[in-house]
Formats: sequence, C-alpha cells, structure tokens
Amino acid sequence: MTTYIIRRLFQLIPVLFGVTLLVFLLMHLTPGNPAQLIAGETASQSTIERIEVSMGLNDPLPVQYVNFVTDVAQLDFGYSYRNNTPVFEEIKPRFWITMELAIYSTILSIFIGLIAGIVSAVRQYSVRDVTIMIIALFGMSMPNFWLGLMLMNWFSIQLGWFPPTGWGSAGQVVLPVITLGTAGAAVIARMTRSSMLDVISQDYIRTARAKGVHEQIVIYRHALKNALIPVVTVVGLQFGTLLAGTVLTETVFSINGLGRLVIDSIMARDFPVVQACILIISVIFVVVNLIVDISYTLLNKRIDMD
Amino acid sequence: MSTNESILEVTDLRTSFFTEGGEVKAVDGVTFDVPAGKTLGIVGESGSGKSITAMSILQLISHPGKIKGGEIKFRGKNLLDLSEKEMRKIRGNQISMIFQEPMTSLNPTYTVGQQIRESYKIHQGLGKKEGSKRAIEMLKLVGIPSPEKRLDQYPFELSGGMRQRVMIAMALACKPDLLIADEPTTALDVTIQAQILELIKELQDELGMSVVMITHDLGVVAETCDYVAVMYCGKVVEYADVRTLFKNPRHPYTVGLLKSLPRSDRDQEELTPIKGTVPSPDEMPVGCRFAPRCPFATNLCHEKLPSLDDVGDGEQIRCWIYTDEWNGDPGVKVYEPERTTEG
Repeated sequence: MTTYIIRRLFQLIPVLFGVTLLVFLLMHLTPGNPAQLIAGETASQSTIERIEVSMGLNDPLPVQYVNFVTDVAQLDFGYSYRNNTPVFEEIKPRFWITMELAIYSTILSIFIGLIAGIVSAVRQYSVRDVTIMIIALFGMSMPNFWLGLMLMNWFSIQLGWFPPTGWGSAGQVVLPVITLGTAGAAVIARMTRSSMLDVISQDYIRTARAKGVHEQIVIYRHALKNALIPVVTVVGLQFGTLLAGTVLTETVFSINGLGRLVIDSIMARDFPVVQACILIISVIFVVVNLIVDISYTLLNKRIDMD
Repeated sequence: MSTNESILEVTDLRTSFFTEGGEVKAVDGVTFDVPAGKTLGIVGESGSGKSITAMSILQLISHPGKIKGGEIKFRGKNLLDLSEKEMRKIRGNQISMIFQEPMTSLNPTYTVGQQIRESYKIHQGLGKKEGSKRAIEMLKLVGIPSPEKRLDQYPFELSGGMRQRVMIAMALACKPDLLIADEPTTALDVTIQAQILELIKELQDELGMSVVMITHDLGVVAETCDYVAVMYCGKVVEYADVRTLFKNPRHPYTVGLLKSLPRSDRDQEELTPIKGTVPSPDEMPVGCRFAPRCPFATNLCHEKLPSLDDVGDGEQIRCWIYTDEWNGDPGVKVYEPERTTEG
C-alpha cells in the first residue's frame, strides 16, 4: 500500500512537468507582448524594453521556464497586470469558494448517482429503471449554464426560495451546487447501473445468495463493492469536467470563485492570473485522480500486488 | 422407489424461462429422490436442465426464470411453500451448494476468512473471533495447508483447486444435511478433480450428509454416486442405482451416452456418438424428446410422450419400449439379457 502510494507520487513528477510546460508555453505562444500590456499602449519603446529586461523576457526560453517553475514552487505567481497585486493573494480567497462548490457538487452527484444507479439496476427494465434513466439522459444532455438559468428563473425569480446570486449563505449554495452536480449525478447513475448489472450476474453473487445472505446485503455488500471500481474512475474523471463547469456556473450565479476569475482575467488579458488559475486547476485535477487511484487499492486488492 | 428414507423428494418440478421468444421449459416435470446419506448423480448434456434443477431446489432462479409448479420436499417439508425468509435459513445452512467455476465463485473483494465467517454470522450468529476459529477448522478439514494464513488472503491469491476447497469449506461450514455440487470439478485439472471428488466423499462420510452431484461426466458418476438420474431436455429419462445403470442401461439415451464413453471394463470396438443434436427449445418434439435421435423410434414415440414409470428394482424409465403399448420391434430390448443375476 505505502509503496504503491510512493510510486504513484513519483509518477506525478512527469505529469506536473508537462502541466507547467504547457501552461508556460501557452503564455509565450499567445500573440501580444506582456511588457506592452503593462506599460500601456502609449508607452515609449525604451519603457517597454526596460520592462522586458526587468521581467526577464529577453532570457532564453529554457531559462525563463526554470525561473517560472522555481517561482511557482514558492507559490509566487507574479503580479496581476490589472491590479499590480501578487497573483497568489488574488487567488487565495477565490480558491476556497471554488473548492467548496466543487466538493459539494461532487458529494451531491455521488450520493444521487449511486442511489439512482443501484435502484435502477436492481429492477432492470422496470418503470422505475426507465424513468431514472430518462431523467439521467436529460441531466447529462443539459448544458449547465442553461440549467443554472432555468433553476434561477424558477426557484429564485418565480418562487423566491433561494437568492439568485452570490455565495456564502446556505440558501446561496443550493442552486449552484444542483447546477454543477446534475451532469455528474447522471453520469455516475448510468455508470453505476451498468456496473451493478454486470456484477449482479457474476457467479460470486449467486454464491452469496446460495449461502443464505439477505438480498439487501447481497446488493450493498457483495455487489456494490465490486461495482464501485469503475464508478470511482468516472468520479475522478468527472471532477475535471466539474472544474471546467465551475467557470460557467460561477459566471451564471455571479460567484467570486476561481472560474469567474479566469473569465475576467482572460477578458482583461491578465495573463499571470490566467496562468496561475490554469496551473492550480490542473494540479487539483491531478491530485484528485491520484486520490482516486489510491482508493482503488481499498476496493481491489489485486492492484497492490503488481 | 428406494428402501432408504429420502431426504429430498422432487416431484414434477417445472421451471421455465420467459423470454421474448416465448416460454422455455428448462425443467419440465422432473421427479427424483435423494436417499438420506447417499449421493444422487444428475447426468445430462448441457441444456438438459440439470443445473436449473439444482438452482430450483434452493430457489435461486432469477428473472426471467420462474418455478411454475411441482413439489420439492426436504425432510418432508415442501420448500416451495416457504417464504423467502424461511428459505434463507435453509440456504447455506441445511442445504448448501458448490459451483462449477471456483475462479469466479468467490467474491474477489473479500478475504477467504470474511467469506467463510459470513456463513457462521448469518446462520449461527457467531462473531469474528469464534467465526475465525470455526473457519480455520473448516479449512483444515478440506485440506488447506496453513489455514490461519489463508484466512486473510484474497481469492486471487489461491489456485483453482484451493479455491474450490474454500468453496467446499464455505458450503459445509454449517454442516448441511444436503450438498448440491453443480459440476464441481469441470473447471479443474484432472489430478485436482480426483482430489476434490475424494474430498467430497470423505466429508460426506464424516458429516453424514447427502449429496446431489450434477455432472455431464459419467466417469464422475461411476466414481461418486449411489443413484443416478439421467436428464434429457428438461425431463428425467432414467433413474436407477449406479450399478444397474452402468451394467444394464435401458433408456436408448443412456445406452447412447455409455456407448460414447471409453470403458476399460468391456471390449469395445469403437466409440459411437449419439446421432443428431439436442433439439432447441422452440422446436421441442411433441412426443418423446429423444425420438428424433433414437434408433428405435416408432410413430408412437414421435406422437406421444411416455411417462416415467417404475420398472421394478427401484428403477424408473421414461420410454415406450418398456411399456405394454410398445408396437415396434420386440427385439430392441436387447439390453435385457445382459442383466446379471443380481438384478
């Protein structure tokens, strides 16, 4: 177990190298001169050159990359072009808002997805199963910004149950989390259903029944533990889609999170902030999938062996 | 039919599967007895309904299958009258089952110990400590070396033979009165097969249980069984004690099966396979199910289904040849003279 985790941590190194390199190149391959941006359109050539030197923009690319990685490792993401404040300070408060949103949505989608999937699988082709799967199809197909707007329209504007925008109070949390969690719940429900159906027809389920195990325990102990293995993968991958979804959800509900910061910074060409946000989101995704991989070993002991 | 007291009496058991193509009668009026302490072999080709018969006894038939009728009397009580809750108390406790595929019949995500302990927990309410003690005893009984160590291992860490031993340990954990073994050795190496059959026999003597041995292998039958029910297309066609069946098979299907088997106790020119194939469920013959493949079949055989009749000596045959109505060649009872003096 420990050796497995250590090995997986080592495997993170090339992934992180790739991520930082891509983010770094992204900034350098986009047209436009950062020095020009900082100095403003009317600045003189000499001012621009002075800024270029002070930012190290004339150094060879590999040197710039090494400097970039060294700074990032110390959580120094540079200064925002817009506000001239350290990027890290800008991101910190928003980071937690987005994490809250993402975690609540994930919990919601796992909870609903698992229950719906199991209920469907246990009564395959029943009215209940078909209904759940049709709802899941809708849930997967709806763009989440549209779902967000519809929820806002019904529950905030028409019924007035929840505040339409912002983040913090319990009421403000409900609609964004539903908006963001729905697609994940639908995907997890479908995955759980097919995985459960596959497992229920296995020989060891018959063995459990032949032992006199209560059907409920057959489903929730014997079948579910095996059926969860592919579902856990989907949860990990779904987390990436979810992080991308935060950008839209936060924009729709005017939540001051990382996603909205990305949009605002792109609009303002505030590249250091964009760069830092992408980097942080990528690292979160990688770490979540590492956690997923480690949790496999708890479900499937065979992984530990190779 | 037998002088011994029967532990299990199956009468006119009918189990069907309801598919889009219509009803498939997998088990169609099966009747047999399992004498207490003895081993009954159920023999037949794939699709003859022998496994479904076994699953029906424990009521483990799942959708779209359904037990349509009949009686399954276990210790004089009809199991089909019991509730699901009462049935659960019987499964794995009084009647246990082991399966064909040891590789896939154990849950890959739980340890051997957890899986054996579960039986003790369900049926005897034993906790982890006491359950482990009993599990170790069982593993020792089925001949697994260093059982303490095995308890914390997962099924994938064991070989096929070992897994089947674990299955047997699990099935026998609560000392059942009846063990149903559904092709327990089919998936194993020949040497392991012999060991497993030997083990089942030993344990049967030790625990005094009865066994239903389901197999397509007449060799297994000869080695382990006291009585044999030969199944064809969801029906029992011949029921006899094992000596009679091998010495003096009567039903043309049984004769055909034995002729297609190499034997060391008899001069044999060549092996003769049974001509034709098992009919598919949607073109089941109206008369005797075996008539299209039977070398002796007459019009009567094609038109009317014979019943399973006693022919003396506790033997039952489902064949027109052994009835008064037989109007075909009287010489077909060629197997009769072969009968030895003990018959």
